[in-house]
Amino acid sequence: MTLSRRGFIQITGAGLAASSLGALGFAAAGPALADSMRPFKLTHTTETRNTCTYCSVACGILIYSLGDRSLNATSNIMHIEGDPDHPVNRGTLCPKGAALLDIVHAPTRLKVPKYRAPGSNEFKPVSWDFALGRIAALMKQDRDANFIAKNAAGTTVNRWLSTGMLAASASSSETAYLTWKVARSFGMLVFDNQARV
Amino acid sequence: MTNTWQDIKNANVVLVMGGNAAEAHPCGFKWVIHAKIENHAKLIVVDPRFTRTAAVADVYAPIRPGTDIAFLNGVIRYLLEKDLIQHEYVRAYTNAGLIVKQGYGFQDGLFSGYKEDTRSYDKTSWDYELDGQGYAKVDDTWQDPRCVINLLRQHVDRYTPQMVSRICGTPQDKFLEICALFATTAPPDKALTSLFALGWTQHSVGAQNIRAMAMVQLLLGNIGVAGGGMNALRGHSNIQGLTDVGLLSAQMPGYLLLPKDSELTYQQYMATRQYKPLRPGQVSYWQNYGKFFVSLQKAIYGAAARADNDWAYDWLPKVDGGGYDIIRAFEMMNNGQMNGYICQGFNPLQAFPDRNKIRRGLSKLKYLVVMDPLDTETSRFWENFGPQNPSDPAKIQTEVFQLPTSCFAEETGSLVNSARWLQWHWKAADPPGEAQTDIWIMSGIFHRMRELYRKEGGAFPDPILNLTWDYTNPTDPDPEELAKDMNGRALVDIKDPSGAVTLHAGQLLDGFSQLRDDGMTTSGCWIFSGSFTEKGNQMARRDATDPREQGLAPNWAWSWPANRRVMYNRASADPAGKAWNPQKPIIEWNGSKWAGIDVPDFVPTIPPSDAAGPFIMNAEGSGRLFARDQMAEGPFPEHYEPFESPSPNVLHPKVKSNPAARVFADDRAAFGSSADYPYVATTYRLTEHFHFWTKHALINAVLQPEQFIEIGEVLAKEKGIGQGGWVKVSSKRGIVVCKAYVTKRIKPMQVDGKPVHVIGVPIHWGFTGQARKGYGANNLTPSVGDANTQTPEFKAFLVNIEKASAPPA
Amino acid sequence: MAGLQSQDYIRRSASTLTPPSIRNHEAEVAKLIDVSRCIGCKACQSACMEWNDLRGEVGHFEGSYDNPLDLDPSTWTLMRFTEWENDKGDLEWLIRKDGCMHCEDPGCLKACPAPGAIVQYANGIVDFNSDACIGCGYCVKGCPFDIPRINPVDHKSYKCTLCSDRVAVGLEPACVKACPTGAIMFGSKSDMTAWAGERVAELKSRGFADAGLYDPAGVGGTHVMYVLQHADRPSIYAGLPDSPQISPFIQGWKGVLKPVALAGLALAAIAGFLHSMIAGPNEVQAEDEAKGRRLLGEGDEAP
Repeated sequence: MTLSRRGFIQITGAGLAASSLGALGFAAAGPALADSMRPFKLTHTTETRNTCTYCSVACGILIYSLGDRSLNATSNIMHIEGDPDHPVNRGTLCPKGAALLDIVHAPTRLKVPKYRAPGSNEFKPVSWDFALGRIAALMKQDRDANFIAKNAAGTTVNRWLSTGMLAASASSSETAYLTWKVARSFGMLVFDNQARV
Repeated sequence: MTNTWQDIKNANVVLVMGGNAAEAHPCGFKWVIHAKIENHAKLIVVDPRFTRTAAVADVYAPIRPGTDIAFLNGVIRYLLEKDLIQHEYVRAYTNAGLIVKQGYGFQDGLFSGYKEDTRSYDKTSWDYELDGQGYAKVDDTWQDPRCVINLLRQHVDRYTPQMVSRICGTPQDKFLEICALFATTAPPDKALTSLFALGWTQHSVGAQNIRAMAMVQLLLGNIGVAGGGMNALRGHSNIQGLTDVGLLSAQMPGYLLLPKDSELTYQQYMATRQYKPLRPGQVSYWQNYGKFFVSLQKAIYGAAARADNDWAYDWLPKVDGGGYDIIRAFEMMNNGQMNGYICQGFNPLQAFPDRNKIRRGLSKLKYLVVMDPLDTETSRFWENFGPQNPSDPAKIQTEVFQLPTSCFAEETGSLVNSARWLQWHWKAADPPGEAQTDIWIMSGIFHRMRELYRKEGGAFPDPILNLTWDYTNPTDPDPEELAKDMNGRALVDIKDPSGAVTLHAGQLLDGFSQLRDDGMTTSGCWIFSGSFTEKGNQMARRDATDPREQGLAPNWAWSWPANRRVMYNRASADPAGKAWNPQKPIIEWNGSKWAGIDVPDFVPTIPPSDAAGPFIMNAEGSGRLFARDQMAEGPFPEHYEPFESPSPNVLHPKVKSNPAARVFADDRAAFGSSADYPYVATTYRLTEHFHFWTKHALINAVLQPEQFIEIGEVLAKEKGIGQGGWVKVSSKRGIVVCKAYVTKRIKPMQVDGKPVHVIGVPIHWGFTGQARKGYGANNLTPSVGDANTQTPEFKAFLVNIEKASAPPA
Repeated sequence: MAGLQSQDYIRRSASTLTPPSIRNHEAEVAKLIDVSRCIGCKACQSACMEWNDLRGEVGHFEGSYDNPLDLDPSTWTLMRFTEWENDKGDLEWLIRKDGCMHCEDPGCLKACPAPGAIVQYANGIVDFNSDACIGCGYCVKGCPFDIPRINPVDHKSYKCTLCSDRVAVGLEPACVKACPTGAIMFGSKSDMTAWAGERVAELKSRGFADAGLYDPAGVGGTHVMYVLQHADRPSIYAGLPDSPQISPFIQGWKGVLKPVALAGLALAAIAGFLHSMIAGPNEVQAEDEAKGRRLLGEGDEAP
């Protein structure tokens, strides 16, 4: 691979010059731009191995990001393609997987915590501390008020039914395990995942 | 999946029924194409629509939505009548010869023991006749009229090809052609693989759809072998993992069950979990249940889980009434019985049945927390988006939190695929803005709660205050630490009988065989034990070597349980230990142990002469043609009509639909009749989109930009609907207004002498994202679920359709 | 491997100079599209858009799965779906990936009056060099497969490059890599032709008596070939030309007229002159003609 990003910039300049010459009919000026036609865009990107976030085939993917992870470079994902080593997908991707870049950079990605007050017609940005503090306060209030220590027969049941949770389907098993611990320590039973829908 | 994705290439026949693998799982589907090219396999597609899978099939047959059991029972009848089963397999490896108790019976659509008042069964008669030692009686000659195979024969006798065609609308010749193809895999060295997904699960008889096919596979000897199996393709990237780790109402990690109200003590809980073998010499692996349970409690509660407090048994919430699935949750919400709801990467306003009921339910909450990378409809349920979401914010008092999370590319950890592979992935960049990982957010909520309980006290704080949280960074635990928690470790030095230390205190376990029920080991998820050992992170392995190119890749990542790639692989060999298919053996008895290219799903040293069955998780050691008490609606699958159906149940008109399915009164009142809603609708996914996510991705929005429904040419003509014309589809619960795709791929079916039209409703549209705004398909769907799993009946319900005018731009 | 250079050219549009073609031992490449393995998933379309940084408009549902409805400057490849009932009355869903065929004898290049705007490399790839493109639209007319599209904003012509940037560094094109079912394969033209033979034999064994390879001689063969179940009727696959040819006029124009014209005429004049001359003999259909005019910003005046 011969083209660095610096090379790309130089060559684009050459291309501009050549194109104006070309338009005037100086055909022989063409070769100057030849090796610039389509520079390979991944030359010095950083490659990270990951798994497609969509279905359960779990295709291996290679994520290419801008920058070499040096201190002053902020990684920005600029291309994703299939991992040719992966025994199932062998480099292939479906139309969703091949477009993963557009979900990473979707304009509707959320960037700050937001809060909608009762009766309000808008979301307002809030701090994490406010959001998590308020959530914990609401949860505790509800749990303390509605926790069922014993059922009607007087049997110990220690459950909390008035707050429920739907767990993610694309989060890691490690996230799932931590989520399970937290939810069950609260006594939650209205607890489900996306297996059925 | 019992087998791997690549193993599909070993099949001789591939059945895609109850799914649409080419569209929903294109990259896995490549192995079907490989089976066709390398193994000369035939691909059968049975589906109400001619799908993109059907486009590459050798045989396609249409079927009316919700009638798969009739079809499959018809297949079973065909195989038994023509005696095209794998005899030696069925005799040795299934419960065909076991004798069923007197008292079991089936009449007029009901099995013995039905209790109409509770819509449930007393299942005591659904069991084997036991001998004096507590073993099931058996007649290996299959002469006894009450042995399983004869009861099965009797049960499916009604499902003649004529009856199948009458119920399913499948032409008889297509049905028989498919039966004959199934039968080509009865010889020991031939295999059929069954690929299915929500097309089988999303029915009020979903679990029985799958059972029926599993029974076909047992009769053909296709379980445990290369190119065989029951392969649930599964939907989301880690939905297998979420299920494995027990994030379901009544579950604990590793398919352990939370205690019920009636199980007052740990001893009572364990009393029904002894799993004494039902036949001599059987493994009955669930006998180890106590080891898994105690090790889990030790992982969760550490030193606070002690023998003298029954390992903190009372700290687990007890389940009543079968658990709190999503249909029940929204019923409770609508009844004002819930105040808070947390949606972690989940969009119920789009995903759950009867959208208006979902919106009403959310509107009654005091607070809603949505953690998601994307701006979901659920987080904006309170906002007025016009007809697609007609809410009045002023009237909705719910406090809503929209918490931005990282996505796959911005986090590290493992996902479990449908073939049970745990694969590690690495973070490539930071999440945008202030977005955080779910681990950080859940930890943040937990710490704040724990602090409040520490300071203020409150309702039963013990499990919260004692939850193990010994992570290096308590506010953001490292995924590797969590993975090690699940793998498990020794808490003290563990010695063998000679006194030699076999495991040092703190050492990571090699696998679940080292777990103990005395509190000396921990494991947060016993089936994952072996995934992160002293040898390192096994899930991160990247050796793609594949012995004999048979599609196992045993050193790629790690597969539960015990890195086993094909479940029940003992059944790939005959009773003497020789491979049924000498071309594609998996494990064989080498004279002293079981060995081969996969980890044996068996005790490696039990010789064939001991006659232990290959289905080691079952107490009888065999595959079950008769399910005993495991299913809600009967030990054999029976055809019941969907709750909304245009046809009577011609087998037993008085018992039309699943008699054991739970139906809430308001949901029942929202069922429509065929007089008002004469057409059968079914929902599905298009290959260009993933649920409600990819409409946020520009490329996918370009590839499939706008909502439509699919309708056959005959019905379109009848209704005056033109290609691409606007239509209004309505059920008793709501409407969808969109364009129509008039297609040759959906044709009317003749059902019991009458034409039935099917309308296809893709699900992907909503009111956020880059694709054009649309009506959720769940405006139409009924709120009723499978009797065992409560999976909603999205695949068969009733609608009407009318020509409509274009909405104002 | 070095990037493709002028030394790799074997043809160059509107040039009197014979390209140097120093590297004349390069293997010819080919993409083989096996329609019988295609599931119409559009992974190829998606991968093409992602790799080439192309994002068209979010369109509308137009009564088919073809989205966008046609090739355009941001859509270099497109699945075209045809519901076809065969002679037995059984439905076949024919799904063809449309895009540049990379003809051995490229009509676009021959029609192009802009020096170096279209080149053909020794490996067979026909590539457009936007910098040299003058937006005249003759490539559109010269193409027997109706592939190039002019962007109305920059008046440049665009089409599939066969990912010449990837091929230049030894990678397969993005669509090939993504294709989940191996319906798109890539390799040397001889390997692809041999593999196509095996595929055709297998299809015949499954009852497709007329299965065959589409590598049309009328354009000297192509570097994008199809395996068709019904090779006797290419046009059932969403109008794949049964027998594509370069217009005889363009053949002549290439040989004699073009250098003369280029030497003597201003570009605008050339465009007008040629437009009127080519419109007749060219095999472009009327609606394409209209579309071409629209893209070129021309009025409705008769050609």
